[in-house]
Amino acid sequence: MLRLNDLSKVYATGDRALTDVSLTVEPGQVVGLIGPSGAGKSTLIRCINRLVEPTSGQVFLGDMEITGLGRGALRQARRRIGMIFQEYALVERLTVMENVLSGRLGYVGFWRSFFRKFPPEAVENAFRLLDRVGLSDHVNKRADALSGGQRQRVGIARALEQDPDLLLIDEPTASLDPKTSRQIMRLIVEICDERGLPAIINIHDVALAQQFVQRVIGLQAGRIVFDGRPDALTPDVLTQIYGEEDWSATIRKADEDGDEAEDELGNEGDHHGAASVDRERLAGLT
Amino acid sequence: MTAKAHPRTWSRPPLIQRTWLRWSLYGGALIYLALATASVEVNWLRVWEGLDRGLRFVQGFLVPDFTSRWGDILQGMEESLTMTVTATVVGVLISVPIGIGAARNIAPLPIYAVCRAIVALSRSFQEIIVAILFVAMFGFGPFAGFLTLSFATIGFLAKLLAEDIEDIDESQVEAIRATGAGWWQVVAYGIQPQVMPRLIGLSLYRLDINFRESAVIGIVGAGGIGATLNTAMDRYEYDSAAAILILIILIVMAAEYLSGFVRKWVQ
Repeated sequence: MLRLNDLSKVYATGDRALTDVSLTVEPGQVVGLIGPSGAGKSTLIRCINRLVEPTSGQVFLGDMEITGLGRGALRQARRRIGMIFQEYALVERLTVMENVLSGRLGYVGFWRSFFRKFPPEAVENAFRLLDRVGLSDHVNKRADALSGGQRQRVGIARALEQDPDLLLIDEPTASLDPKTSRQIMRLIVEICDERGLPAIINIHDVALAQQFVQRVIGLQAGRIVFDGRPDALTPDVLTQIYGEEDWSATIRKADEDGDEAEDELGNEGDHHGAASVDRERLAGLT
Repeated sequence: MTAKAHPRTWSRPPLIQRTWLRWSLYGGALIYLALATASVEVNWLRVWEGLDRGLRFVQGFLVPDFTSRWGDILQGMEESLTMTVTATVVGVLISVPIGIGAARNIAPLPIYAVCRAIVALSRSFQEIIVAILFVAMFGFGPFAGFLTLSFATIGFLAKLLAEDIEDIDESQVEAIRATGAGWWQVVAYGIQPQVMPRLIGLSLYRLDINFRESAVIGIVGAGGIGATLNTAMDRYEYDSAAAILILIILIVMAAEYLSGFVRKWVQ
């Protein structure tokens, strides 16, 4: 369980990125964080594992207060938090396997990691994860030899190799095509479901968020302005988050939104691929 | 409907906006150049005499003599190559930690300041000056040359490595840091793969520079092929000198070819 308590961040330049953000994420819950560029989405998830140091407020993961930890303890806490990045952030010149095993760095000493002598359980787990994300044939390829979707799968496997208690996901589909985006989102949601992992996903694409997450949080100028179910995202709410715009094509139609559609997410692409593309474009414009 | 009239000509905005300043700067630079060129004294009589010597030098080149001083040449080459390779290896080994310390994005300020100072010190003295100092300290011979080249390698390589580290893709480093990796692990996983090809390329380039420098510092007594070359010149043995120069050119070309090949391979 993740709990944020009045989290604020003011950058050295004086920019207020976050103001009194409080929220709780239950185990197994996947939260979509939406908001315009510069609303503080990236800052928010980076404050959780303190890649960005919050100015005030607390972050609790379970009973542990991450914001109060010293350097060594913070490194140990980061092992429990998997992170998936925009543009993948793989180490390009390392192999797929090295990238996945790097998720284990917090658990092995420097020389073992330097000579790539990871414990057998870690290696076995890495192979299992690569199999799970469908990359068994690419173990020894260099990360820069893969396509975008494949790279993001490596990114997912790296995060899971940490055996995390929480996933922080920053714009996972920002540079992927609509079909690959949906496959990656589906994979993330399935994995969170399998493992009962809570996750926060920063996402630009409102339609994609609506399709895959159970809860949406809207951030505007560093404050939470919406927190609720995806079907509660009305044009009024979107206007509140993003500003005035014609939202009619962005929001999922009621007839697509039933339980039936939810169960058949696997076929989503085939059902109305053209509509998805259209929505993607419109969402991209906002 | 009245269409707005758009201009049909356009020119790039000038680098210096004020016209009078622009033209006086250009004019001033031109006048300085003309005056400076005029102030260089050329003794045409001496040039004419020199042409004769130059011709003998070129003639010596046309008939390089590898045999009569072969023993000296071999010994000089051996010294030079030994000094080049050892100095490059030692220099690279020392400059890697200094280069890491001199990269502002990963090193704390005090370490950064110290490492940058070492780099600046090493870079501020030309090899010949350093060689004269080391020859005075340790006597004639290749040991002084070895020290000189190691010292010069540190300034060159540490500076360029540090700049390469400062230019890396931060997101890869951030991703490694987010796994809970320690500082050295971040360097080994997030940074090393990104800078390694360039480090290898620069080391090979430095090997090549060190070999050429070894020919120069030999002239001030730091051993190697430079000493042999200097002796040959002093004795007006241009044919032997030509042989030495040809060998230097061949070795530099070989190093160039090799480094190009290796760089392509490690990319």
